[in-house]
Amino acid sequence: MSNLDVRPACKPGDYKSDVKPIWCPGCGDYHVLLSFGRAFAQLGVPPERIAVISGIGCSSRIPAYTNCYGFHGVHGRSLALAAGLKVTRPDLTVVVASGDGDGYSIGGNHFIHACRRNIDMTYVVMDNHIYGMTKGQPSPTTEPEFDTALSPGGTGLRPFHPLVVALASGANFIARCFSGDFNQTADILVEAIEHPGFSFVEILSPCVTFRPDEKNWKNLVHPAPVGATDDPAKAARRIMTDDGFNIGILYRGKRLPYRPEFGAQVSDASELEKEFEL
Amino acid sequence: MSKPPSAPKVASLADLFALAWQIEADAVERYKLLADQMETHNNTELVKVFRDLARAEGIHADEIRRLAGDIDVAAHAGRIGRWQGDSPEEVDLSAAHYLMTPWHALQMALVGEKRALEFFTGIVETTKDEKVKKMAAEFVEEEAEHVNLVHRLLRKYPEPAEGWAEDPDPPNTVE
Repeated sequence: MSNLDVRPACKPGDYKSDVKPIWCPGCGDYHVLLSFGRAFAQLGVPPERIAVISGIGCSSRIPAYTNCYGFHGVHGRSLALAAGLKVTRPDLTVVVASGDGDGYSIGGNHFIHACRRNIDMTYVVMDNHIYGMTKGQPSPTTEPEFDTALSPGGTGLRPFHPLVVALASGANFIARCFSGDFNQTADILVEAIEHPGFSFVEILSPCVTFRPDEKNWKNLVHPAPVGATDDPAKAARRIMTDDGFNIGILYRGKRLPYRPEFGAQVSDASELEKEFEL
Repeated sequence: MSKPPSAPKVASLADLFALAWQIEADAVERYKLLADQMETHNNTELVKVFRDLARAEGIHADEIRRLAGDIDVAAHAGRIGRWQGDSPEEVDLSAAHYLMTPWHALQMALVGEKRALEFFTGIVETTKDEKVKKMAAEFVEEEAEHVNLVHRLLRKYPEPAEGWAEDPDPPNTVE
């Protein structure tokens, strides 16, 4: 029996670091942090077996606030980092944290191809429909009429639909959560992490500073009227026709995760160098 | 979502102690988190208020642990499941504001204490176990006392005037 087998189960607080979050009071991301702790404790995976990888933005600060391994990476590149980690260390539970700016704009291309590759990891996007850290620029999910000093009269642009993009690109698990219901979010995160392949969890997480109107989300969210489907066509229809506030697991696919086969380990660096000889 | 939080079932005295302890422990965690938020945002008056509230809930948690005797309340709480939604004294994090005043904090606390009072009252009214009923009735008295205490504190901290959240140098100004 290894030491890991005999140690007592972790409690949610065991996944919390000593670093105090600097999010605005009232921010939905505090709830997401609580959900992470509860989900990890529920899974029974110790902190040193989990890696939380992020890009840039308010939500991407989350690895520092956990006791797990973490990497606060480059803007929009969290999925690339996480993919590299997971294929080389498949034993780790890899959770990627992002926001709607980081994940859908500069990281949009990585998002599509991460879904397509279907590597066994969980992508959590805290969507507040705004760039909060950089003072309120419209993000890909901002409503076209949302008026800001930086986009007078609104952008007039159709918002990005991340769940549909994820489905069309091959994500194997798709869910939407509301940060305020952090126990349910924790339950969904557990299922997302346990589901093989690339799991995408969008968490509606209000930005109280630049989008005070989002405080009303707690009155708008509601459970999805039907349970998850494994039929992509049905899922597409449901996701395309919902009001953006359906909460729950919306799609559970059956694709096998991508697991690259590596050849024999090379112990001599000169052998590697030969491969690059001209 | 607007569904009311549902409690794990109370089938024994051990369940009751464990749940009562968990309610206080959750409150401690929540108040500490709020105190940290206020510290980060330099609202020193609220740091003290939330730390005091956390300390008070911690004393209640310790008292419940003492009353429970040989029952390991923390371990038992882990076995009986958890609340769906916030437990009664887990105050609403989304109601926090960096310029909030003690009045706001006490309003949050009042909601929590009233929910706890309602929870234990419900047990007294529904349980068929005499031991559980007797202990739950004690918890009702305790929570009623807490509600009274918060009301008394609120007399010291009246509701702030309109415009309390106005900041001459707001964080959301585009420079």
